[in-house]
Amino acid sequence: MIQARRLTKRYGEKVAVDDLTFDVQPGMVTGFLGPNGAGKSTTMRMITGLDAPTSGSVTVDGKPYAELVKPMQAVGALLEARAVHTSRSAYNHLRALAATHGISRSRVDDVIDMVGLQEVARKRAGGFSLGMGQRLGIASALLADPRTLILDEPVNGLDPEGIRWIRDLLKELAAEGRTVFVSSHLMSEMALTAEHVIVIGRGRLMADMAMTDLIAQASTNVVTVRSPQAAELAAALAGPDVSVATEQPGLLEVTGLTAPQIGEHARRLGLVLHELTPRQASLEEAFMEMTRDQVEYHAHSAADAGPATTDSDVSSRSLA
Amino acid sequence: MTSNTLPRPAVPAVQVSPVSQRRVLRSEWIKLRSLRSTALTLLAAVVAMIALGMLVGWATNAHWASMRPEERAGFNPIDRSLAGVNLAQLAIGVLGVLLITGEYATGMVRATFAAVPRRLPVLWAKAGLYAVVTFVLMLVSAFLAFLVGQHFLASHGTTLSAPHAWRAIVGVAVYLTLVGVLAVAFGFLIRSTAGGIATLFGLLLVLPGIGQLLPSSWQVHTLPYLPSNAGSSIFSAHPDPTALSAGTGLLVLCIWVVVALAAAAVVLKRRDA
Ligand SMILES: Nc1ncnc2c1ncn2[C@@H]1O[C@H](COP(=O)(O)OP(=O)(O)OP(=O)(O)O)[C@@H](O)[C@H]1O
Ligand SMILES: [Mg+2]
Repeated sequence: MIQARRLTKRYGEKVAVDDLTFDVQPGMVTGFLGPNGAGKSTTMRMITGLDAPTSGSVTVDGKPYAELVKPMQAVGALLEARAVHTSRSAYNHLRALAATHGISRSRVDDVIDMVGLQEVARKRAGGFSLGMGQRLGIASALLADPRTLILDEPVNGLDPEGIRWIRDLLKELAAEGRTVFVSSHLMSEMALTAEHVIVIGRGRLMADMAMTDLIAQASTNVVTVRSPQAAELAAALAGPDVSVATEQPGLLEVTGLTAPQIGEHARRLGLVLHELTPRQASLEEAFMEMTRDQVEYHAHSAADAGPATTDSDVSSRSLA
Repeated sequence: MTSNTLPRPAVPAVQVSPVSQRRVLRSEWIKLRSLRSTALTLLAAVVAMIALGMLVGWATNAHWASMRPEERAGFNPIDRSLAGVNLAQLAIGVLGVLLITGEYATGMVRATFAAVPRRLPVLWAKAGLYAVVTFVLMLVSAFLAFLVGQHFLASHGTTLSAPHAWRAIVGVAVYLTLVGVLAVAFGFLIRSTAGGIATLFGLLLVLPGIGQLLPSSWQVHTLPYLPSNAGSSIFSAHPDPTALSAGTGLLVLCIWVVVALAAAAVVLKRRDA
């Protein structure tokens, strides 16, 4: 269980984390989402005592990290940048970390087996591929069989098999009753892994809710309508809370009405429908929607709409 | 959150003990032994000590006839055989800085301090272990350098029973040990390899040279207290007249080291890792 209370971090003028208050509950995977520079890594460094909060506090199992007697048993962390001396072997790296908590060599061998690094454990960690490096990081996080896991972008650089492995591992660890807190850029990946989600933008809390609620709430409920009498239908649907975009002749993207409502309108007017498809926003869209105004680094204005949205979405938004 | 109450699987529990200074020492010992560059640099220091004792002894003996009288007056067989201390301090100093900055450069510190969030046990363990390793290796090296040096000095050499012989041998080991600890403190203070090494050798080697530019009335009150000068008065068998006594020199160098360590401790506690 992680508890952040009014957690704030400033680097000079820059506010990296701004008054964050949240709990991360045990027994499930909690996703930590936010655009680049939102303050995810900074928050995670504060949880593990590496950076000191400017104000506010964060505790793990009710204690500040630095006061934990067996910190690695309370929290296993995989932080963003690699935390391994490049000239040391994976085995000696793990042995050195294990020694601080009196953990046996056989446990070191066990975690090496768990992450599948047996073949290369005696080789210099500096020569590891990105994926092997992540596995080594996860091995060190698991060393002391921690109650809480904090992973900063663990799937970064992993191949599909590796991503699947992490996803299953995280779910398994959460099912065992542990607290699992994972940041990621891959929203679609989070949708498959996390039950709960905390979203931040520019250091501020944007959402703290169940994943399903997040998707439902931020969903714009666009309905795709195909009709030979599209123009007539569009005119009939128009209203103060409704926006209709015409992408191509005969195709409408309707926002603000549900599919049944549109169907009933059409029947009343005697119009023919060829297609009536409600489209639920993907997590990607939900996330973009939520953090649209909080994005630290804009690539260009089109990036606001997000990669998963189509041109019709852009036009419907501009109509709305 | 209902899964919270599920029974834990029947895997054997991992035996985990509280972090302690002793366990951190063990961890740092594993780290120290598991880098090849560490062993190679220490070997370089040992070789520098012994080989220079041999070379300088041989060269002095070979050129004795052509030495000027004032050169002969300044000659001391003990100091000659221990000339390698100047070279060895480079290796010991660089390694001391690298033991710390190597961790900062690779990101290893984050793993280290996540495991030991109180941090200070890491400082004490690194400084302490490096001090012990340096002292043992350099004591043996200085002793061997003395023996080899006297052997090659032949008739111009002396023996272990000569006055100051033992003080010089042990003094060299003590000096190099304190340089090593100073280097560790600088590593923690500065965090970057280049900056740490530059600062350390700026203090040890460059500052005494710059001090020569001071008016001579000031020099006597400042130069002997610089770490390298205070250090050489610990082991010099034939010190120059302005030098501190061996005991005072040791005290002064120890004060430098303690101040650097204290500053490192404060910075380590305060700054983000
Ligand atoms: N040590 C530091 N000194 C100064 N500024 C920093 C430092 N660390 C982070 N920042 C700034 O704080 C903000 C938050 O950074 P952080 O790395 O926590 O974001 P993030 O959410 O992890 O981003 P990303 O998704 O790109 O990893 C950024 O604007 C960053 O530039
Ligand atoms: Mg980050």
